[in-house]
Amino acid sequence: MLDLINDFSPGLFFMQALILIILIVLMRKFAWKPILNALSEREEGIAEALAAAENAKIEMANLEASNQAAAQEARAQRDEMLKDAREIKEKMIADAAGQAQEKADKIIAQAQEAIEAEKKAALADIKSQVADLSVDIAEKVTRKELSQKDAQHALIEQLLAEANI
Amino acid sequence: MYRAYFKIAFFALIFTAFATAQAQEHNGDYAFDDEIESDGGKVNTKEEIDSYIDHHLKDSHDFHLFSYSDDAGVRKHVGFSLPVIVWSSEGLKFFMSSRFHHDDDGKVLVKAGDATFTKLHSKIYELDSGATAINFDADHHPTNAHRVFDMSITKSVFGLLLIGLLMLLVFGALAKQYKTKKIPTGFGRVLEPLVLYVRDEIARPNIGETKYRKFMGYLLTVFFLIWISNLLGLTPFGFNITGQIAVTVCLALFTFIIVQFSGNKDYWMHIFWMPGVPVLMKIALIPIELIGLLTKPFSLLVRLFANITAGHVVVMGLIALMITLKAQFGIVGSTGLSIFLTLFLSVIELLVAFLQAFIFTMLSALFIGMAVAEHDHHEHAGTEEDDIDEVRERFI
Repeated sequence: MLDLINDFSPGLFFMQALILIILIVLMRKFAWKPILNALSEREEGIAEALAAAENAKIEMANLEASNQAAAQEARAQRDEMLKDAREIKEKMIADAAGQAQEKADKIIAQAQEAIEAEKKAALADIKSQVADLSVDIAEKVTRKELSQKDAQHALIEQLLAEANI
Repeated sequence: MYRAYFKIAFFALIFTAFATAQAQEHNGDYAFDDEIESDGGKVNTKEEIDSYIDHHLKDSHDFHLFSYSDDAGVRKHVGFSLPVIVWSSEGLKFFMSSRFHHDDDGKVLVKAGDATFTKLHSKIYELDSGATAINFDADHHPTNAHRVFDMSITKSVFGLLLIGLLMLLVFGALAKQYKTKKIPTGFGRVLEPLVLYVRDEIARPNIGETKYRKFMGYLLTVFFLIWISNLLGLTPFGFNITGQIAVTVCLALFTFIIVQFSGNKDYWMHIFWMPGVPVLMKIALIPIELIGLLTKPFSLLVRLFANITAGHVVVMGLIALMITLKAQFGIVGSTGLSIFLTLFLSVIELLVAFLQAFIFTMLSALFIGMAVAEHDHHEHAGTEEDDIDEVRERFI
């Protein structure tokens, strides 16, 4: 212990204190301060970047969810529209079919009427022609015998009515 | 750019230092020659080894690198002298240590102005006026000379300056790197984790998140100073900076002063008027706390000093095994054993070098943390009581 105290050099102590003070001052100014500032700045930067990334992730998730909702909605809308269109189509087809039927019926009815009228007219024509022909033929055959035309005519009329074609 | 200049200047400095050392040797000016064989001579016996180790542990006034015998059998020493700066009765005196001619027994007298100096066991003495030779009493203490205030650039001071310069260059370069990039490159990549280690493992947990920043300058400087000093002590240059009691006293005193000056009201209250104990106890605790105040830096300085000194003694002792065990094991056996054991211990010392720097810084941070800690006593006492009640209830 005494040796230790004897070994203690006040001069070395003084020099060490001097060097240490100067070193602390210089190191603080030229090394530690800029280093520590840069380090904490960098750490803050990293923390901020991480937070930003996290935010972006959340935003992305939100965006995706809203996108999905929108897509869902669009799909629903599309389905609705398709359904409507199909209904309209069916209705249109049904309507058209009905109208066509109606028209066709009408045309058929008109045609039948016309045919009926034509037939009647033709029959009437035929009747008169047959009558004329018959008269002519009868006239030619029986010119001599039947001089009285009117009486003959009346006879044929009578005969025709009886025959009733 | 500047860095390169610094580097060149640094190496140029070292080179010139060695060159002058060599030149001095040849001129005979720096004559560690055969006339004085007091302690630079061959080391062969146990006594010589003991005195060599003893001498190594002390600070020295010149930088001795190695010795050899030339063809003529003359002992040559290679190293360089360092400036001696002393405050004597005649004022400040300055001369080179080569003027002592490597004498350490008070035989060579150096006249500087009107004062006469001599060197005795690594200490510089000034002879009383009129004395022409140093006289000793029965205990080998000089009777007609007294010690002077020795501010010499001794080997330790030289080492400290070297380390300081190195730290400034290396960490200054790291600081400069951050100006241009966020992540350092090269050697800075090694240094950055060390700085971060001191900050995150030593300062932050012990001092607290809000207050640590103020003390980082001191803690970082001390950590790297001690660590590099310890490491330099393991090199063959033979520095023993942190093994000098004056150095560790200085370091511990710095911590002590910083702790006392940053102590808040709570800290002083815990020393002089311990809260939460009876009055009698408070009075009894004052001297105990005061002793505790002083033992903290004392333990710091002794721990560092003792660890490094012990490391140096053991390593040198193991190196000396090749001489001391030569008779028993032969040259090869003793040398092999010595190399093996020294290597083994050097690895441990490498760890100790870091560990001691870490412990010193850690404890400094801890003491600072204790001095600046905020604690609210009333609230604290209240919650403690509640806790006790709670615990009791739980038990019942």
